Amino acid sequence: MSETVDLLIIGGGPAGLAAAVEADGLGLSVLLLDEQTEPGGQIYRGIESVHPDTLTVLGDDYAQGASLAEAFRRSGSTYRPGATVWRVDEDGSVAYSQDGKGATATGKRVLVATGALERPVPIPGWTLPGVMSAGGAQVLLKSAGMVPSGRVAVAGCGPLALLVTQQLISAGANVVALLETTRAGDYLCATPHLFGALSAGSYLRKGRRMRRNIKRADVPIHSGVSDLAAIGEGTLSAVAFSRDSARTELAVDTLLLHIGVVPNTQITRQVFCEHEWYAPQRYWRPVRDDWGATSQAQIAVAGDGGGIDGAAAAALHGRLAALDAAGRQGKVELAERNRRADPIRYELAGHQAIRPLLDTLFPPPQDLCAPPDDATLVCRCEEISAGDIREAVALGAMGPNQLKAFTRCGMGPCQGRMCGLTVAELVAQAKGESVEDVGYYRIRPPIKPVTMGELAAMADD
Amino acid sequence: MHSADVIVVGGGSFGAAVAYGLVRQGVDTVILDGSDDSLRAARGNFGLVWVQSKGMGLQRYADWSRESSHLWTDFADDLQDSAGIHVNYQNGGGLNLLLSEEERENCRRSIDIMRQQAGPDGYDAEIIERDEVQKMVPGLRVGDDVAGASFGPHDGHANPLRLLRALHSGFEHRGGRYFAQNEVVSITHDGSAFVAQTANDRFVAPKIVIACGHGITKLAPMVGLNAPIRPQRGQVLVTERIETTVEMALGSIRQTDEGGFMFGNSEEEVGFNDGTTLPIAGNIAARAVKAFPQLSGVRLVRNWGCIRVLTPDKCAIYDESETIPGAYVATSHSGVTLAAVNAHHVANWVATGDTPPDFDHFSARRFDVPAAA
Amino acid sequence: MFRRLHDAGGQSVTIDFEGDALQVGAQETVAAALVAAGAGHSRTTPVNGAPRLPFCMMGVCFDCLVEIDGVPNKQACMETVREGMKISRQDGKRRLDP
Repeated sequence: MSETVDLLIIGGGPAGLAAAVEADGLGLSVLLLDEQTEPGGQIYRGIESVHPDTLTVLGDDYAQGASLAEAFRRSGSTYRPGATVWRVDEDGSVAYSQDGKGATATGKRVLVATGALERPVPIPGWTLPGVMSAGGAQVLLKSAGMVPSGRVAVAGCGPLALLVTQQLISAGANVVALLETTRAGDYLCATPHLFGALSAGSYLRKGRRMRRNIKRADVPIHSGVSDLAAIGEGTLSAVAFSRDSARTELAVDTLLLHIGVVPNTQITRQVFCEHEWYAPQRYWRPVRDDWGATSQAQIAVAGDGGGIDGAAAAALHGRLAALDAAGRQGKVELAERNRRADPIRYELAGHQAIRPLLDTLFPPPQDLCAPPDDATLVCRCEEISAGDIREAVALGAMGPNQLKAFTRCGMGPCQGRMCGLTVAELVAQAKGESVEDVGYYRIRPPIKPVTMGELAAMADD
Repeated sequence: MHSADVIVVGGGSFGAAVAYGLVRQGVDTVILDGSDDSLRAARGNFGLVWVQSKGMGLQRYADWSRESSHLWTDFADDLQDSAGIHVNYQNGGGLNLLLSEEERENCRRSIDIMRQQAGPDGYDAEIIERDEVQKMVPGLRVGDDVAGASFGPHDGHANPLRLLRALHSGFEHRGGRYFAQNEVVSITHDGSAFVAQTANDRFVAPKIVIACGHGITKLAPMVGLNAPIRPQRGQVLVTERIETTVEMALGSIRQTDEGGFMFGNSEEEVGFNDGTTLPIAGNIAARAVKAFPQLSGVRLVRNWGCIRVLTPDKCAIYDESETIPGAYVATSHSGVTLAAVNAHHVANWVATGDTPPDFDHFSARRFDVPAAA
Repeated sequence: MFRRLHDAGGQSVTIDFEGDALQVGAQETVAAALVAAGAGHSRTTPVNGAPRLPFCMMGVCFDCLVEIDGVPNKQACMETVREGMKISRQDGKRRLDP
């Protein structure tokens, strides 16, 4: 039942796919466990089966994923779709479920390539039916060729909010407004010529083009909005926002929220990797070297799960991690490994050049990191509010784990994915400490729920 | 610098219960507690208020556990009043399932030993048959491997995390002062009072209770106390929320009032490693599914390890320092069971010097190896 | 809440949601099928009975829990539809299997 491979990859997005292709090419045995049923992860979700018209709407960046998926399929890597990893051990053994059956596999090296998740956007009413993440709407477009029916507004900040707005408009959705929390977009528009780096310039030109397209479609962009709230009784009916001392309520059927993406650290935390705080974008990421090696001897990380760099960078990180795995296992001489890595690093540097600027211009807004309204739900699973959290801190809960014990915040099925960052910010704010010092939830297995029956089959008694 | 009548070191089940009992008596008390990622056995506690099988080799402890269970209802009501928190104490008895003839036989022998040890005081656990077990858990189908169970009429369970929260809340409502992130580094006596030094602060009081679990090892000797404790890991599993099916507690299976099922009950000697292992977690799951096959499709959402604070005979240690009176140590791995007596008798003992009967049975001197003749 | 841009054509299956027959694309996830069907809510929360619909579509939020072919608490966004699949709302806490 348990097999051993040279490189066990968790995740079928660009980092995982590129790592698999590279590792296979270097003669390593590769097993890729993918929770999804086809390759692509989220950024290239549905790439193998997307409708040609939808492909046009989604744009060139998305289309890049097709050749990567093809190369992966052609490679000698073993692909196991619908395989949900629920436990990773420090010795490289991995437990996963596929078709309701449990199995284990061991990697001489394990590459965690599980990507990013959207930062939670805790506004009043965000749990109402009708409110969804912008990324979620994009998944529906990619994988199911669907757009919101009725009136839709996009609210938040960051490149994805802009992209999704443009994509939905192209696809024929009735987008009634883009509500931007920052005014940085305006900045970027005005001064792209100031930024010399080729990639930075082209990135900014892309953003400018998207904003132009949105405006040309007569979709208003309201910049500098605050105090977002989703309004409705049992279902969404409007979005409210403040801007320049005026408060507006806009009737909508769908509200798409997005304030950035953050690394998904569930697995890296569960297997005890060290993490560090990245202040410009207010998230934690695993500590890694420039090959993607973590603080755990057999665990590597590549892609957005190690730090948000985007899809193109993710593939390059994947290739570097594969090279490193090959080097460590003697499949390639270290000098040769370094020689092959050089052009990858050069290309990677090009993609990473824009990050410091982007990350500084689009920080997550403070009141969406730590919601000021006590009634705002923070833990969606257990329905714990910001006020409940503040009260528990006043009682003496001095960190997220004690807070969890006192309130059940973070104990639901999502195990902190939707509330962890918000909780850390709220505790930090209440105590006057840095979020970095406050810390994060202890993440334990199972990474995803697993049945007692499946687990029982792993007994050794 | 802060002064108080009593310093309680440790904000876990033991510390918080004693401190709560103290402020209930009007004693000016501070709790000094560690950080968010301290070991915190209280957070891993299963929630049993358990009497059966306690105190083998130390009858006083068997009596003490039973006494605590009798106080628990009033204790829970009092917490509801002072903290507004319902800890959901269920006292319908408890079952230790027996899944083989061997287990049944071992249990029968243990019950005999306990009965003999108890003498006229009596020992109330008894082995019951499969069909009686089924009657006690009508909502769950008992598995074929269940050979019977030992039923303890005094047993029960409560929500351990709400208990902790209620103790803290009740403590603060009655004027107690709680200092987190104040792990005690040293305890000295300046001639008139104890001085507890933390990283950034000093606390002074004529009495000090060291109830900080594994922190006791370093601190107890500073006040002439000995408390030989060792770490022992127990792994716990908790499931998704399920409609209420079982109200009775079983020794290593209980359903919380939120609906999740909790399973334990490994005993691993791995030092302070509070991680988890697949084989043990698998064993716990296998036993649960054997006991109740309907649990097979239920989903686990979390698996953790918790480090018990274990004494050599698994019975509590309560001691007052002989060399520096006014310093106390209090510890056991059964923090939930003993919360009631801790809040009552132990707090009273610390506050007034009123020693509960035969309390010297709990002294750590019982572990001293007699000098060779 | 959502509508399809293209006809599923020959690639469709029929599923049942709360007694209503739905014709959906054969590759769609259950979550996609439900939001396209205009389901007002797909579950009620165990704590407060609040109505929820899928939120993230990628297995992170667990708001899309539904009962599929008698199995409760399944993430709808992680399940592909199948001919004859029977889906019900997850109302609060699940029940134990019989």
